[in-house]
Amino acid sequence: MPQIFGRSFNWFANVSIVGGIAGASLLLGILLNINRLDYVSHVGMPKDQPVPFSHKHHVAGMGIDCRYCHTTVEESAFAGIPPTETCMSCHSLIWTEAPMLEPVRASFRDEMPLQWTRIHDLPDFVYFKHDIHIAQGIGCQTCHGNVDAMPLMWKAQTLNMEWCLECHRAPQDFIRPREEVFNMNWVPPANQSAAGMELVKKYGVQTSQLTDCSVCHL
Amino acid sequence: MSESSTSTRQQYTPPPPELGPGQTSHTSITEKITSIVLTPHTPYQWFIVVLIGLMLVGLLQVSIAYLLYEGIGIWGLNVPVGWGFAIIHFVWWIGIGHAGTLISAILLLFRQKWRTSINRSAEAMTIFAVMCAGMFPLIHTGRPWLAAYWLFPYPNSMAVWPQFRSPLIWDVFAVSTYFTVSLVFWFLGMVPDLASFRDRAKHRVTRVIYGVLAMGWRGSAVHWERYEMTSLMLAGLATPLVLSVHSVISLDFSVSILPGWHTTIFPPYFVAGAIYAGFAMVLLLLIPIRRLYGLQDFITLRHLENMGKVMLTAGLIVAYGYFMEQFIAWYSASVYEGFMMQNRMFGDYGSFYWALILCNIAIPQFLWSKRVRRNTVWLMFISFVISVGMWLERFVIVITSLHADFMPSSWDMFYPTFWDWATYAGTIGFFLFAFFLFVRGMPVIAAHEIRTLLPFGKKEK
Ligand code: HEC
Ligand code: HEC
Ligand code: HEC
Ligand code: HEC
Ligand code: HEC
Repeated sequence: MPQIFGRSFNWFANVSIVGGIAGASLLLGILLNINRLDYVSHVGMPKDQPVPFSHKHHVAGMGIDCRYCHTTVEESAFAGIPPTETCMSCHSLIWTEAPMLEPVRASFRDEMPLQWTRIHDLPDFVYFKHDIHIAQGIGCQTCHGNVDAMPLMWKAQTLNMEWCLECHRAPQDFIRPREEVFNMNWVPPANQSAAGMELVKKYGVQTSQLTDCSVCHL
Repeated sequence: MSESSTSTRQQYTPPPPELGPGQTSHTSITEKITSIVLTPHTPYQWFIVVLIGLMLVGLLQVSIAYLLYEGIGIWGLNVPVGWGFAIIHFVWWIGIGHAGTLISAILLLFRQKWRTSINRSAEAMTIFAVMCAGMFPLIHTGRPWLAAYWLFPYPNSMAVWPQFRSPLIWDVFAVSTYFTVSLVFWFLGMVPDLASFRDRAKHRVTRVIYGVLAMGWRGSAVHWERYEMTSLMLAGLATPLVLSVHSVISLDFSVSILPGWHTTIFPPYFVAGAIYAGFAMVLLLLIPIRRLYGLQDFITLRHLENMGKVMLTAGLIVAYGYFMEQFIAWYSASVYEGFMMQNRMFGDYGSFYWALILCNIAIPQFLWSKRVRRNTVWLMFISFVISVGMWLERFVIVITSLHADFMPSSWDMFYPTFWDWATYAGTIGFFLFAFFLFVRGMPVIAAHEIRTLLPFGKKEK
């Protein structure tokens, strides 16, 4: 009986060696980096909201300060999501008929809060506090990106642990003067590391323990 | 004077041949070995074993599914016994695997010709035993899909690395290296035999399957030369593994500071135990299979006897280990060591200790008798007893040390649950199932190596 696989199949064995290694490395590369893909961490992907609230209009267009709505960002872990009353402080006066705003008015009438879809959501085993970051001169922009350019909110950073650590290991590369924290257009100076080091000293940032597991995982 | 000295001088008796009298030609050997696989006829006993195996595999699937759903709380684990059946069975299975590597690597390097008829099946046993072993730590994590970053060091998105100073990460390397080398060695060894299957197969499907598996083997001189070279190199790679793998696993215990674990004798004593258990399992598998397929001419009484001798030797080393544990417990004059020993022997789990001594030290002494070593029923019995004994040994080490450590207020008992047993039984089923599939579809005996044992093939290179 003739062989089913004659000599002409021999190249297959050679190719399978190279191909096997290449394929395995590719697969491994994808698996190892899967958490870093924007698609997986939802970076840059807006989500549907009950009301298409635009930071672009309200922040860049009208110059409202973050703290007008995110009232507790300076003094608590939670930045705070504005209650319907905050919206109605303006929208009872302007755009009162807009159909787009009907859910806001309904919420105000029925005293039922709006159900916003969360964009940033750390796992429950991670403790994050806004107050300390704001107090030590970390700008909203560093973590949330240029919010004033977002017609709908999206994530600007992966919020992976390695991302937190990148800064906790070297806060001087990201720190800014306290007065600039809410500034969406701040550009770091050319000598950021040196200037940052000054600020780290000035604000007394506790760099020695910032990467301890217990800082974020109690 | 000269005459009497010749008569009293020990008569030299050549060792019995490695092959039985029936096997005399190249073709009869290959014929016999292919006839096990390339036949539509399967013995009904095979179906019985595979069916039992399959049922237990089902049980294994259910217990793993339930474990993933509910968490490891379904096992009898708790404070203080946080390492229960999972680690016992991990060590037990890994130990069993060792015989395969010892036979195929160390005995190859020592040019022990008799290994040729048992090495293939022993290697297969290694592969399946390591698979069973690997399952336990994986499912013990409770979330095996996350185990990748717990076990393997890679630049992950959390910037977290495993603790390199922990023996658990050494384990990962030891076991995965072991598995890879064993797998490659095993498969490579089968290639020439798979090629003879391919050439003899009648059905197109079998021809394609074995054709793919034979990887274009044509048996040319160049092929053989490379083949021999590669096997030798792989044997060289596998040899240190026989010693290192179980040494590393014993470090899981001895690196900790628990009395009963923190001892320097663990590595050699674990390796000996592994070989002990491994040979017992080889005998447990091969004696029935040899009978079932009429392989008495290949796996002769001489093989069985040799394995009995290896078991006896390994058993004595293990016994020395037990003795040393006792001795050091006394000699160290440490209260904790002393208590640990006393608790082992006369505490809540005392009966396990004495059963262990009975199984691992007392009963195997029968192997001193040649009659016993050449009697398959006796060998089966002793091998079974040793397998149980080695299980008891791991049980005693893991449980008695953990359940009563330094702090009496935290002492507690360990009771395995139904799921503990179900998982264990499931891996036994998987092992049987996989092994019997191997027997049915792969060359159980290295036909091409056996051929070198024939009188005219015997000339040493
Ligand atoms: C007019 C009120 C208002 C102002 C001003 C405002 N926000 Fe918001 N912000 C909201 C509302 C409402 C939401 C929830 C809806 C959404 O996610 O788009 C929100 C959501 C967010 C979120 C996402 C929360 C999540 O779900 O993870 C971030 C981040 C954020 N705002 C940052 C800022 C920053 C930075 C500023 C200042 C530059 C700012 N906001 C100014 C009202 C406001
Ligand atoms: C300081 C006053 C003020 C507050 C507070 C305010 N808005 Fe507005 N909003 C406006 C103005 C002004 C416009 C019209 C903007 C335009 O057309 O340029 C507007 C427009 C909108 C629109 C129309 C779509 C768009 O972006 O053009 C929506 C939706 C809306 N606001 C939602 C809200 C919600 C939800 C809140 C509460 C979290 C809120 N606004 C709070 C002033 C405010
Ligand atoms: C160090 C990075 C960082 C900075 C700086 C920062 N945030 Fe956040 N922000 C986060 C993270 C992380 C979350 C998600 C928190 C969670 O899921 O618990 C978040 C969540 C939010 C939310 C959703 C509500 C909440 O607290 O969970 C709002 C609103 C918000 N940030 C606004 C702000 C504003 C406004 C500023 C600037 C004053 C700011 N953030 C500065 C990292 C940061
Ligand atoms: C851009 C820089 C930066 C990023 C990104 C950042 N942090 Fe921080 N974080 C800081 C600084 C600076 C401090 C203040 C340290 C100090 O002075 O004690 C801080 C403090 C903290 C503290 C409080 C420490 C304490 O002593 O109480 C927690 C918790 C924390 N960060 C969590 C996180 C988590 C979780 C993330 C990621 C989601 C994160 N941080 C990302 C810069 C950053
Ligand atoms: C700066 C804050 C921060 C510090 C410090 C930190 N972590 Fe994290 N960790 C996070 C965040 C945020 C996540 C969730 C995002 C992710 O999975 O990447 C996380 C996730 C994890 C996870 C993944 C859990 C899971 O199953 O998904 C592990 C494990 C972990 N951290 C371990 C550690 C260890 C160990 C340390 C100390 C060496 C540590 N972390 C220090 C912020 C931190």
